Amino acid sequence: MSLDAKTVLRTARLARIGLAPAEVEALQKDMGSIIDWVEQLNELDVSDVPPMIGTGLAKPRLREDRITDGERPDDVLSNAPDREGPYFTVPKVVE
Amino acid sequence: MSTPFDYTLASARDALRARKISARELTEAHLSAIERLDGSLNSFITTTPENALKAADAADATLAKGEGGELCGLPLGIKDLFCTNGTRTTAASNILRDFVPPYESTVTSNLLRDGAIFLGKLNLDEFAMGSGNLNSAFGPAINPWKRNGSDEQLVPGGSSGGSAAAVAAGLVLGATGTDTGGSIRQPAAYTGIAGIKPTYGRCSRFGTIAFASSLDQAGPMARNLQDCAILLRSMAGFDQRDSTSVDTPVPNYEAALNRGVKGLRVGIPKEYHADGMPAEIEALWQQGINWLRDAGAEIKEVSLPHTKYGLPTYYIAALAEASSNLARYDGLRFGARVKADSLDAMYEASRAAGFGEEVKRRILLGTHVLSSGYYDAYYLRAQKVRTLIQQDFLKAYEDVDVLLTPTAPSSAFALNEKPSDPVQMYLNDVFTVPASMAGVPALSVPAGLDGQGLPLGLQLIGKFFDEETLIAAGHVLEQAASFTHRPTIHAGNPA
Repeated sequence: MSLDAKTVLRTARLARIGLAPAEVEALQKDMGSIIDWVEQLNELDVSDVPPMIGTGLAKPRLREDRITDGERPDDVLSNAPDREGPYFTVPKVVE
Repeated sequence: MSTPFDYTLASARDALRARKISARELTEAHLSAIERLDGSLNSFITTTPENALKAADAADATLAKGEGGELCGLPLGIKDLFCTNGTRTTAASNILRDFVPPYESTVTSNLLRDGAIFLGKLNLDEFAMGSGNLNSAFGPAINPWKRNGSDEQLVPGGSSGGSAAAVAAGLVLGATGTDTGGSIRQPAAYTGIAGIKPTYGRCSRFGTIAFASSLDQAGPMARNLQDCAILLRSMAGFDQRDSTSVDTPVPNYEAALNRGVKGLRVGIPKEYHADGMPAEIEALWQQGINWLRDAGAEIKEVSLPHTKYGLPTYYIAALAEASSNLARYDGLRFGARVKADSLDAMYEASRAAGFGEEVKRRILLGTHVLSSGYYDAYYLRAQKVRTLIQQDFLKAYEDVDVLLTPTAPSSAFALNEKPSDPVQMYLNDVFTVPASMAGVPALSVPAGLDGQGLPLGLQLIGKFFDEETLIAAGHVLEQAASFTHRPTIHAGNPA
């Protein structure tokens, strides 16, 4: 079943991905068919099954609470698409 | 040795130590092969010849003193998903087209520590999302193999398609791959090479660009399992900077190679007899069973009853994680930005322009299954089914030590045979995804050619952190198959 355009657009908005009208149409069909396909999981009774969150192989561990980022502002900024001095720039958000 | 391209990683290592060849000669030979052949393979996104030659000279100086790490002077390729300090790392995406990491991933820094020489960064599906290397912003990587009597371009598999193509064509002695649902094993099978997806937590994920964090695992790809074993020993190990890294000693995998399979219990999962699987693949699987039995293994049928749910569960879990991981590409701190008047418009325009079609589709599906009203129905349910899939394996391992299956349900397909339905495309991973979901290790070895002359692989799946048994059993298959075929495009072929 095809998803409605409203659902696709709402999801795109949540994911912050701009879509052209032709893309919306293609996604309605593709996302719809993938969602139909995953519906087969409803055949299973999972009421007493715990969810698997990761593989559980690594033991949770504590580390000393200290700054480990190494004071490397130039490295951090080195890939900024736009910057002013030691700052990232963004479009104006406060009037 | 007739040409430098007859070496395996292991024999090149020995030749370097014996000073039968220099690291510079070996590196130059491989760089010139890349120059000569990669126009037809597109396996590299970025080559780093100057750095490689500098590293080769340093390796020669070290080797001359009788010193040097396990990989000293050996030319490798790195999947362009591993951050390399000062070398562009793209994830085959436009959004990272100009991204130059100021740090090194743990896996690549381990390889450098042991003296490896990097020839460059290898092509892949964008953000490792795909099974054919067709979703790359730098164009598809091409399989060096051709069908008998045909010049048609075939996919090398994916997502580690550039790694597979480069290794198979002899452009590098080995490569790194990453495997989230089959991205090392399926391309290895499609190109006639070996590849290992280790246990989840064996190789650090630090500095590896994330797709689905609970599944992503780095591993080696090379011409045989001895070479993979050498690479894995270097790549693996505990890392404080990855919270899922497991602190358990790294064995000498190479030493496990000749252990044999006498008395080993090998499970054959009955659910892997997929509908519509080519008879040749069924026959090869049976051949693999016979090989292991002849070498002294005990063969048992086992059941992994939730196998058919592996793929749909995978696509929910992996895409949900991907939607979250890829939220960081916002055009703000790194990556490409498309200017716009508001912050939201900038995000939307940057992500619209920066991501390819499949990546957008997966982010949107992942966002959908996590969104309010759908979370329990899709994501939570998938996590529960994942528990059932893992239990299938753990139960099977009460009776057997390893599982033997085909790696993929077909051989490599042509670029223009890509299914238009995404679900059909996802089916390529039907045999590889369940082991990823369970977190257990698995490998693929080349086992024969199909009627069209294309390689086919067999997969072995093992117990947590028992890569050694996998390598031993895989080596028995390798020896029995004695796969020495070379692809049409190979560095060692006469020009």
